[in-house]
Amino acid sequence: MDAPLGLGNPQQQQAIVPAIEPGSPASLTLDKVTRRFAGQLAVHELSLEINAGELLALVGASGSGKTTTLRMVAGYEAPDSGSIRLDGRDITALPPERRGFGMVFQHYALFPHLSVQDNVGFGLEARGINATERRARALQALENVGLGSKAGRQVQALSGGEQQRVAMARAMVIQPRVLLLDEPLSNLDPTLREEMRTELRATLQRAAVTALFVTHDQEDAFAIADRVALLEHGKLLQHGTPEQLYDRPASRAVAEFIGRSVLVPAEDRGTHARITLGGVAQDVAVTRAGGEAMLTSALAVIRPEMLDIGSGESGWPGRITARRFAGAVMAYTVDVSGTSLEILTPVRSGAVGDAVRVSVQREPVALVSA
Amino acid sequence: MSRRSLLFALPIIALLVWIVAFPNVAVIAGSLAGGGEHWMEFLRSPSDREALWTSLWISVASVVASIGVGLPLAFLLQRADFPGRKVLSAVATLPAALPPLVGVIAFLFLYGESGALTRTVQLALGLEKAPWALSGPWAIVFVHAYTMYVYVYLFVSAALENFDSSLDEAARGLGHGPIRRFMRITLPLLTPALAGGALLVFMSSLGSFSAPYVFGGGLRVLSTQIINSKLNDAMGVAFVETTVLALSAVAGLLLLRWLEGRRQYTITSKGRAIRVPIRSRGARIAAIVMSTIVVTILVLPHGMVLLTAFAVDGAWTTQVLPPEYTLDNFRRLITDPQLLPPIRNTIVMALLATAANVAICFVIGYLTVLRKFNGRKVLEILAVLPWTIPPTAIAIGLASTFDAFDPWHGKVLLVGTFWILPLAYFIRGLPLVTSAVQSSLRQMEPSVEDAARGLGASWWLTMKRVVIPAAKPGLIAGAVLAAITAIGEFVATVLLFTLSNRTISVEVLQQLRSQAFGTASAYSVLLILMTFVLTLGARWLQGRADRVVVV
Repeated sequence: MDAPLGLGNPQQQQAIVPAIEPGSPASLTLDKVTRRFAGQLAVHELSLEINAGELLALVGASGSGKTTTLRMVAGYEAPDSGSIRLDGRDITALPPERRGFGMVFQHYALFPHLSVQDNVGFGLEARGINATERRARALQALENVGLGSKAGRQVQALSGGEQQRVAMARAMVIQPRVLLLDEPLSNLDPTLREEMRTELRATLQRAAVTALFVTHDQEDAFAIADRVALLEHGKLLQHGTPEQLYDRPASRAVAEFIGRSVLVPAEDRGTHARITLGGVAQDVAVTRAGGEAMLTSALAVIRPEMLDIGSGESGWPGRITARRFAGAVMAYTVDVSGTSLEILTPVRSGAVGDAVRVSVQREPVALVSA
Repeated sequence: MSRRSLLFALPIIALLVWIVAFPNVAVIAGSLAGGGEHWMEFLRSPSDREALWTSLWISVASVVASIGVGLPLAFLLQRADFPGRKVLSAVATLPAALPPLVGVIAFLFLYGESGALTRTVQLALGLEKAPWALSGPWAIVFVHAYTMYVYVYLFVSAALENFDSSLDEAARGLGHGPIRRFMRITLPLLTPALAGGALLVFMSSLGSFSAPYVFGGGLRVLSTQIINSKLNDAMGVAFVETTVLALSAVAGLLLLRWLEGRRQYTITSKGRAIRVPIRSRGARIAAIVMSTIVVTILVLPHGMVLLTAFAVDGAWTTQVLPPEYTLDNFRRLITDPQLLPPIRNTIVMALLATAANVAICFVIGYLTVLRKFNGRKVLEILAVLPWTIPPTAIAIGLASTFDAFDPWHGKVLLVGTFWILPLAYFIRGLPLVTSAVQSSLRQMEPSVEDAARGLGASWWLTMKRVVIPAAKPGLIAGAVLAAITAIGEFVATVLLFTLSNRTISVEVLQQLRSQAFGTASAYSVLLILMTFVLTLGARWLQGRADRVVVV
């Protein structure tokens, strides 16, 4: 069928030469990128730097502009203003077919009418590589993701996890300088998802590729990325390592989005902060990621694992309202004069209705502006 | 449970065996009577061989032409945005609303040797005679392409609407240009839609009678041969011709179904519909000009029939347009005792057939989708069987089965009575209404019925509150389709009608023969109006049904 249409021989058709040659991983820069849809700001003056070989996760709720950002980097959307640079070279106007980036789509976008092997080899076809070499390289890419034995299968016959790996192989086989992943794990069931997180990070590190991936799931981001950028309403809230975002949120919005926490009013005293609950004050060491010396109106970001319960005299007085066994630890909900605190502790003896004291066991506590 | 379902199904299966299967068996048996001499006669006859060959190649050419028009139009309207897109997409399906014979006479008035457009061109160029004669096989293909491209257009449009655009984006990201993406990704994935559309075009062309009859110019095709043989009382040969026609249809069906199934993929991912606005000034102007031309071409046949409906009978001879106009044609339709009965017959018979379709097909749909019993498959096949049989073959089957009162051989006398036509329409409506009901009921979660029963609802209450509402959208859509087919039916009608139950279509042909173009057109306008009223009525009913579901 292909031969009479002149498709069998790539030389007969003008192959689109990628403007970006395959090679070592490149750095990617987004400079004040803005995109509007029907007047609505989807992405607003977003600036980001992704180092060569780095794995950066774009995290945010739906509508935060993370997918639009990814599509602009891929070239499917054009920014209204701002620029995108690859190793310093402006690629803002380059169409996707000439960027030579690899992309893993949310639903994988595997071609249903092609075999696994032909899916993987499809990008090589565009590069005018002959059938024999295409087959060999596709097979190698499939071996790399552990699917060498399924090369001849139809994609429809594969499981979700296998489809995800074919999508990875298809994106990687063209030796992209940047790899883009749109919610690559969102279609997998929870058990498989945990497994694939580890595998994905290992694959990406082995390939030493610059990768940008979009997810709404912070656990995915923490498990896979070197750095995480948090978006809200098209704006960058904070970026840094997962630890930085968790331990030192720069704003209330970051604290609320990342991890579980209770935000309670605190009195910032410079070196420490005083938190008063149920008429009892506790002084705690603090950290401020916002960079301010002191906050006039502060909230303390209290994580469940920072707290412990006891029966002594120190700590905030409260009553256990719920108790849940969570394996390694026990999860308690303690009501302290109207504030509901969550506590993860190895202590198992508390019962619902017990009067307890809650104390801060791990410091410093992050302070954010209210 | 399954035994009770079977008890319900048995009378229907018996009925369908009698009116659907039996006549076809009778035709085949009739063709074999006399030890195969009719088949030898058929094979030896050069005109029959020519008819078979012509039928087949005209059908294939109609498919190619319909794809040539329907595919680009679907792409243009689904993928691009330009001034005039909405108007164009509103009229794109208009040709399908023309009853078969009406489409043919519209073309005659427009593009025929003395048609308005033909004469205009002749005058403009100062030619001695008409620049073309709308006659012969290509004229038939032309008419077919105009009325049937809509099938391809609708199938491809629906497929494009569900097309996962991320597949195209993925191919693009992997470095493929637009032509290659179309050839390697889009087109292969559209194969089932193209095959589905092509199948409808092929079947309709093969069974088409009015276009070859009016524009054939002595050309032989199977459907006209059958009628000639019947008129000459050569029933044996007519049976052979009918069998060959039906077999060709089944062969085409199997071939295209195979193509459709071979490339059927479930596209699981969601895609966003992208309609690229045409931005450049030149292209926008070109788009406006092109859509104006296409819209004009599409609306022209309706307009021509409407105009001619006001023409004084016999006055339009060599002029470009009819010279004299009057309201008389419409007035006469109502007052003339000769002209009124066809209207009454058409409405009454279509109503009877459709009502029977609704009742029987609902039960068939219910039994085949929601019940399990031995014989379910048989019932389903019997209900869709008429779809694979060209209307001419259905008519020949009925004519040779219900031509005498002979209960011992399963025969009753219907030929020559009023009832033969409603029966033919009922049979043609069977697959339409059944499949519409089935698809509605398939969308219903089967456990809903069980849930209703589990909550203590009686069988009747469950029917009334759960099953019938679920079937309603399909019932309405199917019933309207069946009614539209029935009022415009011509092919089977022309073989079975009698003076007392002649329909509008038959009368249009009579008026045309006596050069009463105005009256023929007035009848045609009436048919078009009925089609529109039915379509609008269906929309209104569907809207009401939707509201009920929301409440």
